[in-house]
Amino acid sequence: MRAPLLRLDGLTKAYPGVVANDDVSFEIGEGQMHALLGENGAGKSTLVKMIYGLVKPDKGRMHLHGKPFAPAKPSEARRNGVAMVFQHFSLFDALDVAENVALGMENPPPLRDLAQRIRDVSEEYGLPLDPARLVGELSAGERQRVEIVRCLLQDPKLLIMDEPTSVLTPQEVDILFLTLRKLSAEGTAILYISHKLEEIRALCDEATILRGGRKVATCDPREKSARELAELMVGQVLTPPERPAKPKGDVVLQVDNLSLASNNPFGTSLKNVSFTLRKGEVLGIAGVAGNGQDELLLMLSGELPAPSVRVQLKGKPVGHLGPNGRRLLGLVAAPEERLGHAAAPDMSLTANALLSASRRKGLAKHGFIDWRKTESFARDIIARFDVRTPGPHVLARALSGGNLQKFVIGREIELDPDVIIVNQPTWGVDAAAAATIRQALLDLAGKGAGVLVISQDLDELLEISDSFAALNEGRLTDTRPAKGLSVEDIGLMMGGAGDMHVAHEASA
Amino acid sequence: MILGSINPAVLVAALMVAATPILLAAIGELIVEKAGVLNLGVEGMMIIGAVTGFIIAVNSGSPLMGFIGAALGGMALSLLFALLTQALMTNQVASGLALTLFGLGLSALIGQKYVGITPPRTPKLDLGLLSDIPFLGRAVFSHDIVVYLTIALVGAVWWFLKYSRAGMILRAVGENHDAAHGLGYHVKRVRVLAIMFGGACAGLGGAYLSLIRVPQWTEGMTVGAGWIALALVVFASWRPWRAMAGAYLFGGVVVLQLNLQAAGVRIPVEYLSMSPYLITILVLVIISSGKARGSLNAPGSLNRPFHASS
Repeated sequence: MRAPLLRLDGLTKAYPGVVANDDVSFEIGEGQMHALLGENGAGKSTLVKMIYGLVKPDKGRMHLHGKPFAPAKPSEARRNGVAMVFQHFSLFDALDVAENVALGMENPPPLRDLAQRIRDVSEEYGLPLDPARLVGELSAGERQRVEIVRCLLQDPKLLIMDEPTSVLTPQEVDILFLTLRKLSAEGTAILYISHKLEEIRALCDEATILRGGRKVATCDPREKSARELAELMVGQVLTPPERPAKPKGDVVLQVDNLSLASNNPFGTSLKNVSFTLRKGEVLGIAGVAGNGQDELLLMLSGELPAPSVRVQLKGKPVGHLGPNGRRLLGLVAAPEERLGHAAAPDMSLTANALLSASRRKGLAKHGFIDWRKTESFARDIIARFDVRTPGPHVLARALSGGNLQKFVIGREIELDPDVIIVNQPTWGVDAAAAATIRQALLDLAGKGAGVLVISQDLDELLEISDSFAALNEGRLTDTRPAKGLSVEDIGLMMGGAGDMHVAHEASA
Repeated sequence: MILGSINPAVLVAALMVAATPILLAAIGELIVEKAGVLNLGVEGMMIIGAVTGFIIAVNSGSPLMGFIGAALGGMALSLLFALLTQALMTNQVASGLALTLFGLGLSALIGQKYVGITPPRTPKLDLGLLSDIPFLGRAVFSHDIVVYLTIALVGAVWWFLKYSRAGMILRAVGENHDAAHGLGYHVKRVRVLAIMFGGACAGLGGAYLSLIRVPQWTEGMTVGAGWIALALVVFASWRPWRAMAGAYLFGGVVVLQLNLQAAGVRIPVEYLSMSPYLITILVLVIISSGKARGSLNAPGSLNRPFHASS
């Protein structure tokens, strides 16, 4: 047994209406790779925020190196050797790499010396970085390196990593694991938060599983199967979605050699994108975040107008049409950002249902809204997609991520479209809701609609897609049948690991 | 030729004076916006500064005391804005507009008895030999100290934002307040301090109008200077030196059109009076329109309320 580094005793934290953590206790040894496993909303984030000093526990104690440890703020945690890499990066787009690193340090050296140290550390651990570049121009993988290097410069004893692989290609994941193993061998403990079971089984030597804020088990993940871990995590037995076999139909959506500038200065422009989508087909589009997914969705939904003939819906040019025009012709879309893009946060579910369905469902006549019809439409969505909410009068903001996602996707599916475009349909959604959403998409394809799924979750894409393509710096690869593709193939389609290979080979 | 009757040295000298109040207000607002707060109350804080500075200077006989009082007055009004937007989480745009209306009304009320009085004179800075240089001496080296301190302030703000750690934290808070909070920085504290700085600068700008530029107190005497300062910040892409160039351009056109009016050019006075606003905004729009370049520099969290929820 290793010497204990951090011990948690009965940590409890309640927010109004919900107990985020209830009497959680476990130990992390020096140099140990400890996994913290749980669904969204299981209390993982709150727990690590307590360790990092962002949240104060209501009850319970922590000991670091056997001494009481109760950080009142992150800087105190950092001084004690606790560092954290955030899931949503805590980076500043308009500042350069060195400034971003300096902001996360207690006593940063002058920026010129810091730039040199960033180069040294990034080379040592195979994470190449240019300190003078603006963070807004970096890829997601590079941004994560900034966060990691920021932590490493402070010689942490405990490194907390919150869902670090969700934005990486499989090859980048391998390289991250090399870095983490090297750190662990040097005596740095790692608290690794994830819900990806295979990763944890490959990497960690101990796992603590949380469900509903309580610890359900501490075990050695290498001795359990992924299925056993999943059932511990979810608390129920999961069934994979069913897919009826069907013949391929006619082309419903065709995009032909389309290039389109992004509307965002830090965005990625689409370059020579071509693909076809047939009736009943599920086309999965993979890619690391920030490679043009948002732009592709905006272009297809009609928010970014394109040259008319480049986008054809059932043989008709629709590139010049806006979202309402396309919706009327049978093309609907559900963007990634649920609050503020797919749904208006401060409007009721009824009003949100009206926003996208008014014309196709005839909810407004002569400029007047038929509220009764709209409300019954909203009720239908809620009932059919098992949206857990008191009723359609509730504000969109008040729903949890998974429930709102079921609502916004259900809203589009209920329009009975010919083509549906979804971006990250199950991001941040718990496993049960994710299964519902995937099944609904497959059912829609079974009824003959073309389904285009943009996602960063490869397992999801492999589970539901018939064909597969990847976005890389705004370019779309050729479409390939999903059957028989390995994760390695997909990684290469997504652009591999870029320059990271070289660095590790050089340092090996 | 009418233009021949205008002395370029006098023109430059006058434009520096005309630009100073706007520049002061703009540089303060620049810091506020860099911290992610949009305070549309600049006009109100300026006029409060103008009236408090005037009253204190008249009663104490000291322009210096007047300027200190003006800075405190502007700051006091900005604290009201800080209380509303940072503690009570009200909408920044609406609060800023209310602040302007409130400032205009309040200043008219407390300045009633001071209309028509002449304030104590602020001495020109004696720069000895420099003032004797032909042309430059008259144009650049014959001003009161506030003109030079304002230029120094622009330099200091530029240095602060570019090189100091505190400036970096301020930019970080304005760029992404959630991330800054996650790293353990005090978003609200930084923002309240920035708002106070902005208020003090706007107050000083107002006092410069009532104590030096005009110098007199009249109701509503800022006539939109605060709005021009706000526009300057945006079109200068949040860069201090560019804001200064914009302010001097505005000052230059103001002075030039006044001279043209005096010289009796046959253009309707209304067109001449609106020209500084039009030309400044036009030039700045052209400079900052280089395809998304200007907006690239906009603080990412500008005008987004921050609430430390989780």
